[in-house]
Amino acid sequence: MRHLIDPLDFTKEEVLDLLDLADDIANDRFRYGEVCRGKKLATLFYEPSTRTRLSFEAAMLNLGGSVLGFSTADSSSASKGESVADTIRVVSGYADICAMRHPKEGAPLVASRYARIPVINAGDGGHQHPTQTLTDLMTIRLRSGRLNDLTIGLCGDLKFGRTVHSLMKSLARFEGIRFIMISPEELRVPDYIRDEVLKGQGIPYTEVETMEEVMPQLDILYMTRVQRERFFNEEDYIRLKDTYVLDAQKLKTAKENMSILHPLPRVNEIAGEVDDDPRAAYFEQAQNGVYVRMALIMKLLGLTL
Amino acid sequence: MLNIDSLETGIVIDHIKAGASMRVYKLLGLDKLDCCVAAIKNAKSSKFGRKDIIKIEGITDIDLDVLGFIDHNITVDIIREGKIVEKKKLVPPKYLKNVVRCKNPRCITSVEQGLDQIFQLHEVNGTRQYRCIYCEQEYQSRQG
Ligand SMILES: [Zn+2]
Repeated sequence: MRHLIDPLDFTKEEVLDLLDLADDIANDRFRYGEVCRGKKLATLFYEPSTRTRLSFEAAMLNLGGSVLGFSTADSSSASKGESVADTIRVVSGYADICAMRHPKEGAPLVASRYARIPVINAGDGGHQHPTQTLTDLMTIRLRSGRLNDLTIGLCGDLKFGRTVHSLMKSLARFEGIRFIMISPEELRVPDYIRDEVLKGQGIPYTEVETMEEVMPQLDILYMTRVQRERFFNEEDYIRLKDTYVLDAQKLKTAKENMSILHPLPRVNEIAGEVDDDPRAAYFEQAQNGVYVRMALIMKLLGLTL
Repeated sequence: MLNIDSLETGIVIDHIKAGASMRVYKLLGLDKLDCCVAAIKNAKSSKFGRKDIIKIEGITDIDLDVLGFIDHNITVDIIREGKIVEKKKLVPPKYLKNVVRCKNPRCITSVEQGLDQIFQLHEVNGTRQYRCIYCEQEYQSRQG
């Protein structure tokens, strides 16, 4: 049985096949409306994440299946002290596939070791969020027409931003990728990413502190949230926060076919005026998240059209 | 009686860092063995100044993989009929199961105590490290 726990659990070829299916679903999702008839998805959310949960539920409903689950730990058996292993053994008898969100790192891996149904990691603490990565890859490929030979700008919190780390590892499998990392000194990518992913695989990269200086080079600009609590003091936050806010002025020198991505929700990293710019891809990205999850559910359940 | 100088059949684990023999004793599960085991602490060594030695009498087939994790300076001699018949090469084990604990407070093992503590060996740019299979955090202290 297959699970999706780590973004690299699938080979590059499997990812490309999955994205092909997701693209086909995006073209006409109604053709897939009966694929999961009679199947159930359990959404086991030990911490609230309405956006991700709704995306999974919409995906299963689009496929003609049904959903059940819980959306906070206190509405679940976890509040009575039941282990993840026991919960998944029980849920394996209720549903055909499950998506698990958990505040502790590695909980979905634990679940996969005891499950009799496929387990999808829907985010485990600050660790992994593989369906976000698939969503990002789908959006980049749809917008740019390829996943190779791209200059990818990553902007904001590159230290704690797990979506950025997963995306970097996944894109590192493609030819001709170059990263430009735009962040304050305090929020640069951790050493292990620099050593293993970048230096280890010989991927060219640059680290800069403002987006203006690199904007004309970018094919993709991946924005992330810069959270107040990541800074040691309030002055640093106030001094730096506007540097990492994208607005129409900063976009002036960008390529016409650049795409702006953001895992959402945004707070103020992208000014509202950018939303109408044709380069803004983040709402489309959220929509793609449903299609890619539909494709994933089909793949893990071994279902085809 | 175990004659600590001349083993007929058994295992000599030598060049253990002085003071570490009890940890080795526990990790190898020697407390669960019925045979004679001698731990010699603070023996004189030309190489280290002081070292610990463990001698196990009567058996030669213990899983010693974990020694490759504890300290690569440790040497292992297998003795049969009073002679060294094999000098074991210590290889770091691919997995460590319940040898060390993950210290990451965000790791699932921090709240679910019943889980096996499993670390996997990774080679990163020529250096070896063990990472928790759940949260992928590297095991830091070799002494832990
Ligand atoms: Zn851990």
